[in-house]
Amino acid sequence: MSELLRVENVHALADDKQILNGLNLEIKKGETHVIMGPNGAGKSTLDSVIMGNPQYKVTEGKVFFEGEDITALKADARARKGIFLSFQTPEEVPGVTLEDFLRVCRRNMTGQPLKVFAFRKELKALMDDLDMDPSYASRYLNVGFSGGEKKKSEILQMLVLQPKLAMLDETDSGLDVDAVRVVSKGIKKFKNEDNSLLIITHNARILENLDIDKVHILYNGRIIKTAGPELIEEVNTNGFANIIGKED
Amino acid sequence: MASSKDKVSEVNQSIYDFRYAENASYKTDSGLTEDIVRQISKEKHDPDWMLDFRLKSLEIYNSMTIPEWGPPIDGLHMEDIVTYIKPNTDMKGKWDEVPDDIKDTFEKLGIPQAERESLAGVGAQYDSEVVYHNVKKEVEEQGVIYTDMESALTGEYSDIVKEHFMKLVPPTDHKFAALHGAVWSGGSFVYVPAGVHVDIPLQSYFRLNAAGAGQFEHTLIVVEPGAYLHFIEGCSAPKYNVANLHAGCVELFVGDGARLRYSTIENWSKNMYNLNTKRATVGKDGIMEWVSGSFGSHTSYLYPMTILKGDNSKMEFTGITFAGKGQQLDTGDKVVHIGKNTSSHISTKSISKDGGECVYRGEVTITENAANSRSSVNCDSLMLDSISRSDTIPAMDIRNATSDVGHEAKIGRISDEAVFYLMSRGMSEEDAKSMIVSGFAEPVAKELPLEYAVEMNNLIKLEMDTRD
Repeated sequence: MSELLRVENVHALADDKQILNGLNLEIKKGETHVIMGPNGAGKSTLDSVIMGNPQYKVTEGKVFFEGEDITALKADARARKGIFLSFQTPEEVPGVTLEDFLRVCRRNMTGQPLKVFAFRKELKALMDDLDMDPSYASRYLNVGFSGGEKKKSEILQMLVLQPKLAMLDETDSGLDVDAVRVVSKGIKKFKNEDNSLLIITHNARILENLDIDKVHILYNGRIIKTAGPELIEEVNTNGFANIIGKED
Repeated sequence: MASSKDKVSEVNQSIYDFRYAENASYKTDSGLTEDIVRQISKEKHDPDWMLDFRLKSLEIYNSMTIPEWGPPIDGLHMEDIVTYIKPNTDMKGKWDEVPDDIKDTFEKLGIPQAERESLAGVGAQYDSEVVYHNVKKEVEEQGVIYTDMESALTGEYSDIVKEHFMKLVPPTDHKFAALHGAVWSGGSFVYVPAGVHVDIPLQSYFRLNAAGAGQFEHTLIVVEPGAYLHFIEGCSAPKYNVANLHAGCVELFVGDGARLRYSTIENWSKNMYNLNTKRATVGKDGIMEWVSGSFGSHTSYLYPMTILKGDNSKMEFTGITFAGKGQQLDTGDKVVHIGKNTSSHISTKSISKDGGECVYRGEVTITENAANSRSSVNCDSLMLDSISRSDTIPAMDIRNATSDVGHEAKIGRISDEAVFYLMSRGMSEEDAKSMIVSGFAEPVAKELPLEYAVEMNNLIKLEMDTRD
């Protein structure tokens, strides 16, 4: 299968602090990767760097998407190429309804004018799948949403935008059991053999219905171990100490 | 006169920024003298009392000093301002008869289209005079009078005009009110008889085409007891490199149990000194609603004022101000509670960008008599960069112990995280900022009729797109 994302020896700074130290990662089309690691290892930084957050500065190395060097591209250009990030704490945007926002996003992605009623119908069906009350469509983007509704709103955006690579940054954190199940269902619905997932999580539950190709352990700004799904079980049983211990 | 103060920032080509050669049938010399005032009065066939009123106002103007509490207006040289420019046409009641250049101007601004689609009547002023006035027959049949001020002054309603003209805003109010009294021209007169509910809005549009000119239109609206009216006012002007002056005056009389909604989108060019005075008085159980959008201008002083005279009367003010590079917009709202159980709610938003300055300046007065009154003031400011400014100066004067007054102010910057969030969904940085700003303005847009909400959003986009 062909390469979708390649992160090559990336070093990155946030607030002049070195967070990533020569990170390498490759994801092929159709694959699902999981990133685990202790707090502060650089997991969210990796997502942010791939998405193109200007608060993180890449000092060395490159990011390739479908073979193209995207290291210098802004976030919007990366999004239009098919990269998506589900935020850990999504921003609130007063005055812009979720529906209007999604309509603008979809139009930006496709460059095509949109049939309002068809889109509304599509949106309603997706919201049903996510157990979202339809009234959320006319509420302002994430404003006053509970933690769970914010995460559902992220998954809804992913389903509307249909990216080639979706990165989910602790999408399960702060969710109750039912909400994790719903979100997990949404992710399952999204996944097909052409698109790829990069999931950051501390929680195995969200992964239950997914076929995992690779699991990476990120520590000190580098990936120190890569293995199959059995690694999740190992981390859940023994924690990171063993793996990190070998590194130090 | 090209001192550094007169330099104004250039904005992108916009739909507002076109102009035609001045084609006046009559214009006064620049500056302000008794001769000029007499000429204007003669040209307009004023009744005698109006000539006297103008001359008295001129005297007051000469005796008053320029206000010094607001942003500087020393780039404005009265000796260079032409106070009266009569367009080369008389007022028409049929659109086809309006001269082409003037007609094209209003066509481009979408006025006739708006009239066809959503208005009960339209007045259009070009420089100093109203060139077109028309009102739908059904509305006329309800007894509603909507005409230009000149016709009103000499026609069968002249007594109503005389009874109200500059009674709410006397020429002694401030120097520019006196100036208005001396050289006013154009504007609209609306009279809604008791109990009449005007279902669709009336609109006046003021266009200042000539360079170095002043526009001093007078709007007088009388809404009799139990009646309802929504009046919309739009203003624009092309850009020139010399200072223009707008010193209009709006007087609104809201009777007992009547309700008036007054919506304005002002979009002046960035050479304009906008020193405008608007005031309303409200009778028992009456309601006054203001929706005010202030865009453009070099400097604005604008504080629509409401006098809640009757018991249980109410006022709501919703306003938005956008200041870009080189602009100082000093706007706000004033309210005086006189009646018992009166209430006022003021909600303003300001956006400043590229070094623009927005000041909210407001005053709430609750008199001793106004027992059990309530007032709340909310000011919300958004700054788009670190060189822009925003200030809030709310004054409150509460003279009784049973009333309740609250004030809240929030000042914030556009957040990098929110911009990144939207960009991560495929929106360009400009579009992301524009969306955040439009969202910030949404509570105001919601108060406007759809076409004006759309216009306001377009203005925001235009301002957001302005590059140096």
